[in-house]
Amino acid sequence: MIEGILVEGLLYGIMVLGVFITFRVLDFPDLTVDGSFPLGAVIFAALVSSGVAPILAIVVAFVGGILAGFVTAAIHNYLKVPNLLAGILTMTMLGSINNRILGNKANVSLIRQPSLLKDVSAWFESVGITQDLAYLVFFVLAVFAIKIALDVFFRTDLGLTLGAMGNNVQMVVSTGVNPATLKFVGLGLSNGLVAIAGALAAQYQGFADVNLGQGIIIAGLASVMIGEFVLKSNKIFLLTLRVLVGSILFRALMYLARLIGFDIGLLPTDQKLITGITIIILLLVTTVKNEKSKTKAALAAVSKVPNDA
Amino acid sequence: MLKLEGLSKVFYPGTVNENIAINTINLKVGSGDFITVIGSNGAGKSTLFNLISGTLSASTGKIQLAGQDVTRQAEFRRARQIGRIFQSPLLGTAGNMALEDNMVISLKKGFKSLRISLNEKRRAEFRTQLEALGMGLEHRLKDNVGLFSGGQRQALTLLMMVLSKPDLVLLDEHTAALDPKNAQLVMDLTRTYIERYQLTTIMITHNMNHAIAYGNRLLMMDKGQIIYDVDGQEKLDLSVEKLVEKFHAIRNKALENDEMLLSD
Repeated sequence: MIEGILVEGLLYGIMVLGVFITFRVLDFPDLTVDGSFPLGAVIFAALVSSGVAPILAIVVAFVGGILAGFVTAAIHNYLKVPNLLAGILTMTMLGSINNRILGNKANVSLIRQPSLLKDVSAWFESVGITQDLAYLVFFVLAVFAIKIALDVFFRTDLGLTLGAMGNNVQMVVSTGVNPATLKFVGLGLSNGLVAIAGALAAQYQGFADVNLGQGIIIAGLASVMIGEFVLKSNKIFLLTLRVLVGSILFRALMYLARLIGFDIGLLPTDQKLITGITIIILLLVTTVKNEKSKTKAALAAVSKVPNDA
Repeated sequence: MLKLEGLSKVFYPGTVNENIAINTINLKVGSGDFITVIGSNGAGKSTLFNLISGTLSASTGKIQLAGQDVTRQAEFRRARQIGRIFQSPLLGTAGNMALEDNMVISLKKGFKSLRISLNEKRRAEFRTQLEALGMGLEHRLKDNVGLFSGGQRQALTLLMMVLSKPDLVLLDEHTAALDPKNAQLVMDLTRTYIERYQLTTIMITHNMNHAIAYGNRLLMMDKGQIIYDVDGQEKLDLSVEKLVEKFHAIRNKALENDEMLLSD
């Protein structure tokens, strides 16, 4: 159980890292994610079914995700379409494209196909480690490799400039960089990561489904917000870490909801409702907390000045 | 360095809201010139800056920067040659990023690569440069810029702008949002940098005394036109009274904007 939560948290954590890049770093609420997540899954399924090596299929899924991000960036940059609408457009079009990639089937089983996870657990089994633990070790290593690569990227000149985007676009322009180009970089990277998560999710679940991505963006956003709730920082190392922590906590919360939900008559289909309510509660608590700390700071400021009256 | 030919900007042309913000301006700025610009609200000072830096595109006319026609060039491209500082200290730096990160991305203009430029050598350079500001910022390289005061942020913006070695500096009332002490500090820094690096500068100010005391040339704007352009000895002999008189003589009306007269 605990391994399951950790594995899922880490797996979806790759997707949440992508959501973090668009929502928080770029300040670009990108809904492409609901399409690029299943895109990764169906690309992986289609390629593996036709004999391509799993690792190569994941790389292609990554590239596919990048391209999906580029489409959203292009619609937004060149047609001056608001960011939300641009994402919805790409997401909707991906719905059809994903169907085509999967050969107009709603889902494809991967039980009999080779997969990276199978290779990994086979290797671990040969040294006497069970499958659950093998998955956990694999995802810890893989996800932290991605996290550290991102940390390094955000220390480069390009990464730092990307960091300035969500805060001060004028400054980005002032340093002679085209914000439109940075949106390509950010959206491409984000959706690439989301597609990798999709490809891994397909392997983990043993099937690829065109509806895999429905509501994934909300799950991603909830995870980002839970992470922000438990950890405050401005260091990129901790920012990406708390994204993963948030993702794991979110999965734990969903597990809990299923556990309790079974007794009080909740259905698996209620999960999206629970996710949405979680976000609303987090927003509410954050707002109240901010107001309180502002009032406290204001009181402290006033009390410092001697009152003449 | 900068040449404006028949430059105009008309907002909402052909509608009832038509507004001629800039009316056929011709201007030649020599290399090393330090020009101050005054004018009442709505005279077109900021619109002129927006045209020069490319935030707005010109309705008619041409803009030449360092011998190159940049009239149709995108703002981010022009920004590689222009250092612009705004009234709001928030616009020059990214508040959610560390001081050293802010400095490193503004150090070199143009597209950024995957290189990691920030190293101990850079940090040492930054510390030396920050020490010269006399604000103690050299000890706060890892602090978020959002924690700094408006004066500290504007001084930092100024330093970052100078380090990027622009051909042309545009200062848009860059001390107007600061308290008097910090405003003076930033003005002193401005003068020091402009003199030390021979920066070609245009500075908009609401402060007539500053307009007279700083620079080698003064422009007065009204209704989208440059109505008074003075340099040399005549500029040195100016006083606030003379400027007000001059405005009255040219426009045959009193200065509408008390703010210009009241600010010290």
